[in-house]
Amino acid sequence: MSVGRSLFAATLAGALALTVSPASSQTLRYANQGELKSLDPYTLNESTTSAHLGHVYEGLVARGKDLKIIPALAESWETPEPTRWRFHLRKGVKFHNGDPFTADDVVFSAERVRAKGSNFQSRVPADAKVIKVDDYTVDFVLSSPNPILTALWATWYIMDKKWAEANDAVAPTPAAATTPSYASLHENGTGAFMIESHQPGVKTVFKPNPNWWRKPEHNLKEIVFTPIANPATRVAALLSGEVDVIEPVPVQDIERVKASPNATVLTGPELRTIFVGMDQLRDELLYSNVKGKNPFKDVRVREAVYRAIDIELIKNRVMRGLSTPSALMVAPEIFASKDFTRPKFDPDAAKKLLADAGYAEGFEVTMDCPNDRYVNDAAICQAIVGMLARINIKVDLLAQPKAQYFAKVLKPGGYKTSLFMLGWTPDTLDSQNVLHDIMGCRDDPKDPNRGEANLAGYCNNQFDELADKVLVEPDATKRNELIKQAFEVSMKDWAYVPLHQQALAWGVSKKVKLTQRADNMVMLYWATKEGE
Amino acid sequence: MSEAVVPHTTGKPNAAAPGWFRRTLDGDLFYSFRRSRITMIAAGVTLLFFLVAIFAPLLSVQNPFDPAQLQLMNSRISPLWTADGQSPFLLGTDEQGRDVLSAILYGLRISLLVGVLGVVLSGALGILLGLTAGYFGGAIDGLIMRIADVQLSFPAILIALLINGVAKSVFGNKLDETSMLAVLVFAIGLSFWVQYARTVRGSVLVEKNKDYVAAAQLIGLPAPVIMLRHVLPNTTGPILVIATINLALAIITEATLSFLGSGMPETMPSLGTLIRIGNGYLFAGEWWIVAFPGIALAALILSINLLGDWLRDALNPKLR
Repeated sequence: MSVGRSLFAATLAGALALTVSPASSQTLRYANQGELKSLDPYTLNESTTSAHLGHVYEGLVARGKDLKIIPALAESWETPEPTRWRFHLRKGVKFHNGDPFTADDVVFSAERVRAKGSNFQSRVPADAKVIKVDDYTVDFVLSSPNPILTALWATWYIMDKKWAEANDAVAPTPAAATTPSYASLHENGTGAFMIESHQPGVKTVFKPNPNWWRKPEHNLKEIVFTPIANPATRVAALLSGEVDVIEPVPVQDIERVKASPNATVLTGPELRTIFVGMDQLRDELLYSNVKGKNPFKDVRVREAVYRAIDIELIKNRVMRGLSTPSALMVAPEIFASKDFTRPKFDPDAAKKLLADAGYAEGFEVTMDCPNDRYVNDAAICQAIVGMLARINIKVDLLAQPKAQYFAKVLKPGGYKTSLFMLGWTPDTLDSQNVLHDIMGCRDDPKDPNRGEANLAGYCNNQFDELADKVLVEPDATKRNELIKQAFEVSMKDWAYVPLHQQALAWGVSKKVKLTQRADNMVMLYWATKEGE
Repeated sequence: MSEAVVPHTTGKPNAAAPGWFRRTLDGDLFYSFRRSRITMIAAGVTLLFFLVAIFAPLLSVQNPFDPAQLQLMNSRISPLWTADGQSPFLLGTDEQGRDVLSAILYGLRISLLVGVLGVVLSGALGILLGLTAGYFGGAIDGLIMRIADVQLSFPAILIALLINGVAKSVFGNKLDETSMLAVLVFAIGLSFWVQYARTVRGSVLVEKNKDYVAAAQLIGLPAPVIMLRHVLPNTTGPILVIATINLALAIITEATLSFLGSGMPETMPSLGTLIRIGNGYLFAGEWWIVAFPGIALAALILSINLLGDWLRDALNPKLR
């Protein structure tokens, strides 16, 4: 008996010794409120997904810690003429399966990213010609100059042509796809990490890429990513040390986490703007009791919705002060102007506007909203439902996880929404992206990528002309003036209802050092973790 | 106080032939009820829950299902007796300005409605299948009981989740709050029929060889009549017990589904939804959003279960 007991004790001691060995200290566990659905880098243009995949895939360029564009798979580039960009590719880079990275892969990726089903079609202009000069030189020939071409490319990840062809993954996987493709379950990038196992919605394990061309700054031997949708569970996991990094920390728990001995919160302003949009393109709303016409086509109804939303109340109550109400569709860090103020909250005026438009009795409409994407997204939507109810617009709220939400409302799903809430960080960190992607006319024959994420279907040709001028204007002062004019036009049209910029809130264990980027992309290849 | 004139009720005609009410009062069941104080309390609490649920619109300060009545200004107020409490929010408000007490009352309505309808549906289904299996025997019996065995090998909550998920993917966006209620009732009804079916089948197997059944068959009564009129009344005791216990189970299942986010939506919260919402605010010290709905749910389930336990003992002749 005593022999048995000491044997047991020895085993226990051994087991304990194993769990505290320094090797395990370099496993970083990361939990986000949303899941990583598809590994196909062209499926979903959404920051969290792009951040996850940025660990395994790389673009021709990347963004540094300060968000500046830095060379990645392209060592250098030049523009011999305004419409021709020449990229010199990095030599000796290998994909995770060992295939060498060459110009063919860039040409292939440029085709794939523009193909039907891709959510990143605007990354490469539809009429651009991509020409392989030699194995390590690629030319992009544009039909009109675009001085900020590379600004979009940090999240345009390059894929392996040979691998895609061998695995029937030449076509991008649409976000609305119901069966996973090979590329949505497997990766073959050039990036810092390789995915060892991927169970969508459950767990994804990343291992460092031993052949990475950059010198790693991290000291991790493994990243374990798990989605934890419940905010309280996520915070509990951080406080108990079960995970090392969480994003986001719910606003109500920031003080609690800051007070804890083993974790802290990295906060900062985020570049993302949260806004509400109304389908103003269709002749009849998809989800409403108004038949034969579309109430949101009437500018008075749009103004009424804008004026019915009390953004200060949302800030104080739902966001607990951690948001910056916004008059513009971009953050002040991207375009600062003192000339814009948010039109006043005025429910009585809103009621009058509705009555003038012929909806004194109000109407019913369904609102689409994510519930695991932005800070307190579902709670903001609920608050808006209440505020609109007070001007007699009865809103049915459909709050869903982002995977279902995006599949329904984005372009691959056919923009199936009548009223929605969305957040947007321009990938270029420049207003032009918002003017073009969010507010440009959909179905422009000259520029099919225009309005790619314009779920509201706002369309004003005068606005688009200004946006085109913004794209090619080299002079900063004149450019800012054009941007200002464009925003003025859209505000007169009550195109969208910008709500606010939310605050970044990353919960980080005190053992972990990590760089917080204002675009809210958690890049763990800059993370280091102390041993235990 | 003024004296009210109360008419004398003695000497009424029912003294001659005791009515059902009198018979119940004189019966063994009521005697055993009167003897158990805890059962009386449980019955009182259950009755109270049913009453406040029925009269919720009269008792609550707002309709928590109507977004126009929620004032965001009133969000996250703590209960009335705490320092920051505000009238009329006795138990405080949640993050949307929803009065917690009103939300509990309205949430009880959903919980009890789903529970009762779920029990009725599963009872009807189970009794029908159990009678058929027991009375006819043979292949029909084999088929029904094997299906029951298969279903019994899964926890009921999994079946309910499955039915719920299928309904959601079939109907998709067309599911509004009211049809969500129907889906929940179906999900619960279809996951709890097995126990009824097995119990009824067992009773039928015992009863069907008795003389009165043989006599009914002899005079040529059709099978459905014999099953429903003659066999079924002799199985009511066990059914009543299962129904009571299952009411608690059905309420718990609905709360679980809603807690997991696949039941009632946040705009029309049941008790389970309220607990899920409140769960997110526990770390922030806003305990009342989760605590009171939790206490209400626990008290309801406990009292129904106590009633069920008592009923089982009282109807069991071996325990007398």
